[in-house]
Amino acid sequence: MSLNPARVAREFPTRYRLEAARCTKCGASVYPARRVCPSCRATAFETFTLDPNGTVVTFTVIHVGPSSHKHEVPYVHAIVELNGGVRVTCQVADVEPAEVAVGMPVRLEFRRIQEDGEAGVIAYGHKAVPR
Amino acid sequence: MRDVAIVGVGLSRWGEIWDASLRSLWSDAALAALADAGLDRVDSITVGSMSSGLFVGQEHVGALLADELGMPGVPATRVESACASGGLAVKAGFAEIAAGFSDVVLVTGVEKMTDVSGDECTAALATAADAELEVFTGATFPGLYAMMARAHMQRWGTTREQLAAVAVKNHGHGLLNPNAQFRSRITVADVLKSAKVAEPLNILDCSPVTDGAAAIVLAEVGVARTLLKGRPLVRLTGIGHATDVIALHNRKDVSAIPAAAHAAAKAFAMAGRAIKDVQVIEVHDCFTIAEIAVLEALGVCAPGEGGRQAASGRTALGGEIPVNVSGGLKSKGHPVGATGVAQLVELTTQLRGEAGKRQVAGARVGLAQNMGGTGASSVVSIVEVAS
Repeated sequence: MSLNPARVAREFPTRYRLEAARCTKCGASVYPARRVCPSCRATAFETFTLDPNGTVVTFTVIHVGPSSHKHEVPYVHAIVELNGGVRVTCQVADVEPAEVAVGMPVRLEFRRIQEDGEAGVIAYGHKAVPR
Repeated sequence: MRDVAIVGVGLSRWGEIWDASLRSLWSDAALAALADAGLDRVDSITVGSMSSGLFVGQEHVGALLADELGMPGVPATRVESACASGGLAVKAGFAEIAAGFSDVVLVTGVEKMTDVSGDECTAALATAADAELEVFTGATFPGLYAMMARAHMQRWGTTREQLAAVAVKNHGHGLLNPNAQFRSRITVADVLKSAKVAEPLNILDCSPVTDGAAAIVLAEVGVARTLLKGRPLVRLTGIGHATDVIALHNRKDVSAIPAAAHAAAKAFAMAGRAIKDVQVIEVHDCFTIAEIAVLEALGVCAPGEGGRQAASGRTALGGEIPVNVSGGLKSKGHPVGATGVAQLVELTTQLRGEAGKRQVAGARVGLAQNMGGTGASSVVSIVEVAS
């Protein structure tokens, strides 16, 4: 799917700056920010920045990739729990697949995620790397 | 609420069917179900289709298919909840009759998946996950279920061989089903040496891409009694539907599928039944780990026991509680919008005692579980035959 510039740009706070929301009523950490707290359904939040450090909850090594990531196979894709409890789905980079394990300490780093051909939008975000 | 029965069932051909279109596959299933019911008119039509737009560039398929059946004028509703679209079409038809809007509803599901390339098909299926949080980063459906499988192995000691046992069992069942897409016996060794898709899952852990349609005719139970032609009355006595967080990472336990448990609890409450009353089960085995996690959610076994159960033979034909005797999605095929309806085609066939070599002896109560995404939608139906 081609990358629509507006759709990519509106995710900058989430994907570039790791901005999350903390519910002012129950204290739940919500990432990305949304209108309604998934824990208590309150609607008031304060913004904070995620701690980029965490651990691998579970992972896979993808051998048959989508067209957007086909050139990267095999790549490690994981659910990472960050310090503070927020979870994200992301790639694990700079590591041999055989070295990845559940519980491995990782840190999110700013990386290129997708690009739309030679002249199109480049979308950035975060990948996990070993720490 | 009025009582509902299943009075007709039908399937199209299932497989990679280059000479058939979405509308012709759908019509074949619809005509078969109407003929089975002995009806030539219905009050209403429901259509489950996950993504006719992405697969064949056609939306508005409710009206299209009513027209195709020579029934313009009949209200037709297309419903969508990813791979649970078929189950949702059943729920929509059930609700219409229960509420008194209709006496007879043609409930259908269809997907024509092979008119697009493999990449386009993968992309269409991926729309059932969270586009921004999962798919953007390179997620695939096999990859998400693979993460569920790894978590299950980590937490419960489930083995790679136990995952394979699900595929081996369901292919064994599919051998007995003339409608199944892949009728070939496979071994645990075959699964383990098949191509890696998303570790720990291999290609033989995955359900196939399938063109196909399924249809059932639902009727208010009084109407249904006039259509029996000597066959047993198969009632749809319970239906439950539940959702869950859509991104797998937001599920507290990523090795479990709680929406299936919630949907089942609602269906059991409506039917006044419990899992111990059920003799035949069709579940959504889109990947081997899915059958394991769903059977735990349904209470067929204790949490964490799904892998050992698969390897034990308990859920095979002839076992204590046969699961996916149709071959399941794994062997029968998985035209995503049709699957939830096809599960009820199989259960009705079983409860009528017409399932031939794959007949579960003495089956009187059946359960179908259909789901979308990594379990963010689930629909559970209970069917039973009057004694």
